[in-house]
Amino acid sequence: MIGLTHYLVVAAILFTMGVLGIFLNRKNLIVILMAIELILLAVNLNLVAFSAYLHDLVGQIFAMFVLTVAAGEAAIGLAILVIYFRGRGTIAVDDVNRMKG
Amino acid sequence: MIQAIAFYLFAIIVIGSAAMTISSRNPVHSVMWLILAFFNAAGLMVLVGAEFIAMLLVIVYVGAVAVLFLFVVMMLDIEVAQLRAGVARYAALGLALAVALAAEILIGIGAWSAGGLKISQRIAPIDGNVPNIQAMGQLLYTRYLFVFEAAGFVLLVAMIGAIVLTHRQRGGVKGQNISRQNARRPQDATRNVQPPVGQGVQL
Repeated sequence: MIGLTHYLVVAAILFTMGVLGIFLNRKNLIVILMAIELILLAVNLNLVAFSAYLHDLVGQIFAMFVLTVAAGEAAIGLAILVIYFRGRGTIAVDDVNRMKG
Repeated sequence: MIQAIAFYLFAIIVIGSAAMTISSRNPVHSVMWLILAFFNAAGLMVLVGAEFIAMLLVIVYVGAVAVLFLFVVMMLDIEVAQLRAGVARYAALGLALAVALAAEILIGIGAWSAGGLKISQRIAPIDGNVPNIQAMGQLLYTRYLFVFEAAGFVLLVAMIGAIVLTHRQRGGVKGQNISRQNARRPQDATRNVQPPVGQGVQL
């Protein structure tokens, strides 16, 4: 039988994958944004699993809010990415500190 | 039994496609793997009875966010080879950090499942007779109404922010100036003249 621990382990691995993705793709901001989406997906999975196994609906409500914020974050992040690329012609994170405000 | 098979299928695919997302050479392939990961995460959520969140995940992520990522990936003209440079330099540090993080989370899960923590009071107990979507709606529009409104406001701000950030004023384009059009009055644009017979009108 599948218990809550199974879900938590899957979400933990997914979260770790997201963190690893940030490290592996230092030259590529788009994949870093995708890794952040993976992290938020792991958080959502945790919220939903706890909600289901503790029989409390609030976790699912908050998973929805996390989803909302993640969508807004993706939109803003990609917009910043687009203007950054327009001005500089690259999306490598190493160069971002040259922006200086 | 069928539940266990479905769980392991979804879990393995979601982890595998997450690994492919972060290790793929081409950003377009990364987006495709991300879509697969979200589909299978939605499957995992359906398994525990959270249909609304699962459908929302498919609609919002696969339908909107992934398409947004695809748009941006294809709009920016990036050389793929340059993107992967320096992976080895950070791989060791990243792996060490990831292993430490995973170990910490798993220790946390172990401590939790040993029975240390108990939920004291349920705010909205799940009623088996009410469908998931209906229960979500009832909770969302009563107890969490203001948070819901705030979420809508977050989306509005994100939309305005994205438009303001990426909007570009181009020179040399003739556009319509609506306020100037509306401010124009007949007396500014026309005049009454009574020209004598045989003479033209001087403009």
